[in-house]
Amino acid sequence: MVVQIGYFPGCSLQGSSREFEQSLKALAEKLGVSLEEIPDWNCCGASAAHNLNNELGLALPARILIQAERAGLEEILVPCAACFSRLASTVHELNKHASVRRHLADVLGAEYGGKTRPINILEFLGRFFPEGQGPEVIQPLACKVACYYGCLLVRPTEIVGRDRPEDPQEMDRLMSRVGAEPIDWAFKVDCCGAGLTIPRPDLVARLSGAILEDATSRGAQIIVLACPMCHTNLDMRRADIERFTGKRYTIPAIYVTQAIAYALGVPAGELGLKRHLVPINLEKLRAGDAGPASAPATSQ
Amino acid sequence: MSRIGVFVCHCGENIGATVDCASVAERSASLPGVVHSIDYKYMCSDPGQNLIREAIREKRLDGVVVAACSPRMHEPTFRRTCSEAGLNGFLCEMANIREHCSWVHDKGEVTTRKAADLVCMTVEKVKRNRPLSAIRVPVTKTALVLGGGIAGIQASLDIANSGHKVILVEKDPSIGGHMSQLSETFPTLDCSQCILTPRMVEVAQHPNITLFSYSELESLDGFIGNFRARIRKKARKVNEKICNGCGLCSQKCPSKKIPSEFNAALGNRTAIYVPFPQAVPNKPVIDTQNCRYFTTGKCGICKKLCPTGAIDFEQADEIVEVDVGAVVCATGFGVVQADFFPEYGYGKYKDVITGLQFERLASASGPTLGEIRRPSDGTVPQTVVFIACAGSRDSAKGIPYCSKICCMYTAKHAMLYKHKQHSGKAYVFYMDIRAGGKNYDEFVRRAIEEDHAHYVRGRVSRIFDRHGKLVVKGVDTLLGSRPLEIEADMVVLATAAVANPGAEELAQKLHISYDSYSFFSEAHPKLRPVETNTAGIFLAGACQAPKDIPESVAQASGAAAKVAALFSKAELAREPVVASVHRCAPPDYSRCTGCFLCETVCPYRAIEQETLKTRDGKTVRVVARVNPGLCQGCGTCVALCRVKAIDLDGFTNEQLYAEVRALA
Repeated sequence: MVVQIGYFPGCSLQGSSREFEQSLKALAEKLGVSLEEIPDWNCCGASAAHNLNNELGLALPARILIQAERAGLEEILVPCAACFSRLASTVHELNKHASVRRHLADVLGAEYGGKTRPINILEFLGRFFPEGQGPEVIQPLACKVACYYGCLLVRPTEIVGRDRPEDPQEMDRLMSRVGAEPIDWAFKVDCCGAGLTIPRPDLVARLSGAILEDATSRGAQIIVLACPMCHTNLDMRRADIERFTGKRYTIPAIYVTQAIAYALGVPAGELGLKRHLVPINLEKLRAGDAGPASAPATSQ
Repeated sequence: MSRIGVFVCHCGENIGATVDCASVAERSASLPGVVHSIDYKYMCSDPGQNLIREAIREKRLDGVVVAACSPRMHEPTFRRTCSEAGLNGFLCEMANIREHCSWVHDKGEVTTRKAADLVCMTVEKVKRNRPLSAIRVPVTKTALVLGGGIAGIQASLDIANSGHKVILVEKDPSIGGHMSQLSETFPTLDCSQCILTPRMVEVAQHPNITLFSYSELESLDGFIGNFRARIRKKARKVNEKICNGCGLCSQKCPSKKIPSEFNAALGNRTAIYVPFPQAVPNKPVIDTQNCRYFTTGKCGICKKLCPTGAIDFEQADEIVEVDVGAVVCATGFGVVQADFFPEYGYGKYKDVITGLQFERLASASGPTLGEIRRPSDGTVPQTVVFIACAGSRDSAKGIPYCSKICCMYTAKHAMLYKHKQHSGKAYVFYMDIRAGGKNYDEFVRRAIEEDHAHYVRGRVSRIFDRHGKLVVKGVDTLLGSRPLEIEADMVVLATAAVANPGAEELAQKLHISYDSYSFFSEAHPKLRPVETNTAGIFLAGACQAPKDIPESVAQASGAAAKVAALFSKAELAREPVVASVHRCAPPDYSRCTGCFLCETVCPYRAIEQETLKTRDGKTVRVVARVNPGLCQGCGTCVALCRVKAIDLDGFTNEQLYAEVRALA
């Protein structure tokens, strides 16, 4: 049976992070979920709008919610952590303040009815890939992984409402399920530098550098994450990071959807892994290779 | 025709700013039966009360309505005023135009009209009031003190020294509480044990104190002056009377690796144990969860070795019933659980410890004999970070309140560490330094200026390990919010003080209320700080809110004074607001049909059975009767009675219907 659920890709998943969408769709198919894209969606406003203009910062996500409601979609999967944060914050504001809801109705010419709810990738996976159910793990991801949640996947607590915001475990549990060994590390909810990647690459180098350093020094072989912005900083900013720390990092960063889809049998070639700047060979890791930089390749 | 007087109080601005009191008095004057109606700024003051007394005499009033605050606040005051002027106190009623009107509405005519309506209702009620007289009950001059920490000890000693009997119940094997675990105490740095243990001995030896250690309250029934408590004496598996406390059993016990509660899990104890050498009573108890005899059926070494034959594996819990006249609840506080701070790694890193654990490290009776050595490898830490407000004042953690004791004990910890490790570095992360108290701020300044504790104003976001050090990541908000990383050898969390686990359950047993954090509620935050809303039950110490030792002791003495005052009278006057069953002349005798539905719903077991007999002794039928000593006047029986045979004095059906009709 195929379950239908709303889907808001946002700009990243159809642009710089196409592999996130590619792997998500492959995974959704394995899980028996059909993703219904919201018709005529627009930018959610992250990361600029809400910092510059509160009205705009709420109106953009509100329009997305209204579009979803019109299409009869009660739940919308928002894979990008930043988009999710904007949509969830907007729902929070609209439910809390009737005056804001009325004002935005004037601006947009339509009112949010409160029926549509955004869900993030962790909630989605928790629901459709629950413990002890779902498709069989075919290619266990037998390696040490550092689950990286970043800022927006589990916070702010009062809006996202996950327990243990300082030490989330959901992704760790998912990784254990697909045969990986999640490490206990210190930077799972630290900031990667996010949107400062353009104006202040030096700060991103420092913050993302600390993340890579901790994950590497604790023996992780892959960083698993769920945010296009985090991925950009941890994957694309290596040169800046290495210049800043004076160290070389070969640890790859992949999306949680890529990791799970691979474990459920989607061939590595269909996960967009080639789009990453830091090379990753899941086959090699699975063969019990200590890390991408050492030991000669063994074929399976 | 009634002669009612109406007295409208402004309560300063509380009522006067919202309600037009003069107009309420004027409107009330025209109500049928009202012969006198005035308003005054403070009716509860002496001149205000005089207005009432004079009017009663001059106008020959037979009913008084005071339109003012809640009857909880001043009903006893005004009833007393009326009886002083010769009017039965129960012919005085209060119309609550403050909490029920001025505090909850905006200023305006509608609000004034509501106040007038409330007065009108009360006038209709008071017309139907009957004079009642207080019920006199005897007082059992024995106090029950729950909790044997410093507050319970102080309260027990004070009550016992005033000549009354005390039953002290402690759930742990020894009295002493948290204070016995502390090293030195602020602001004088005198040793906690040295000032506490003599008090503990005094409790044990006092002729007026009966100590039930390792016991818990099972239930409490009755009312002020006449409670009946059931106490569960948990089975020690050791006969206290025979045991001479030689200690051979715990020396030879083979289960030696059980985390010691007294040492806050920093040391081990055996399965048969005395919590600490200075324990009172100094008699061991068997921890059946960990004892080999109880878990595997094999062992029994203690029993074989005991020179007096005191070990009794068959010993069972015992229930003891006692009659007491007052209860002092001094059950103390708890410390947040390990899982509370995933970001600080408490429970994950051995060298991240709580303040209570640091007390054990610093204590001469502790696992390191007072040397500050870190738990992981026993080395002396060179850099120690203290984190104040670990959990407190953090609504995201569900604890928005200040735990009050942490600023002071953190300064003390930093000081004790520096005194013992001169070359070491002590950092304290804090939000504000709250050192209100005699010699308190001087103490904190001493830690900073003389002992060079390095205070950093800011919070810590995370603690993690890196190359064998604990990295404390925080911010210094006084230096331009600079992010800060300190590599520490040990971290001490000044964890939030929380209510004891089980506090809600105890509150329900005692019929007392608790706040949203499960601390017990005092009757009035300012003027009745040691009483609860249940008469005869008093509070002492940190079960009411986080408190330090001087405050706990002061409150305990306060509670003891209240108990002594209660016990100073031979009998007590109780409110006569009790239910009564209808009685009339033969041949009806009573409207009661004897269904006893009232008996099944009465929460106080106040309904008794009475056999009605004719004059020549023939049984007519069995009807209900209310024991006025037990009845608390809740009115549940009245609501349930199908034939309206039960009524509540002071709140009769007739009175309440009259109130409602007055509105129509």
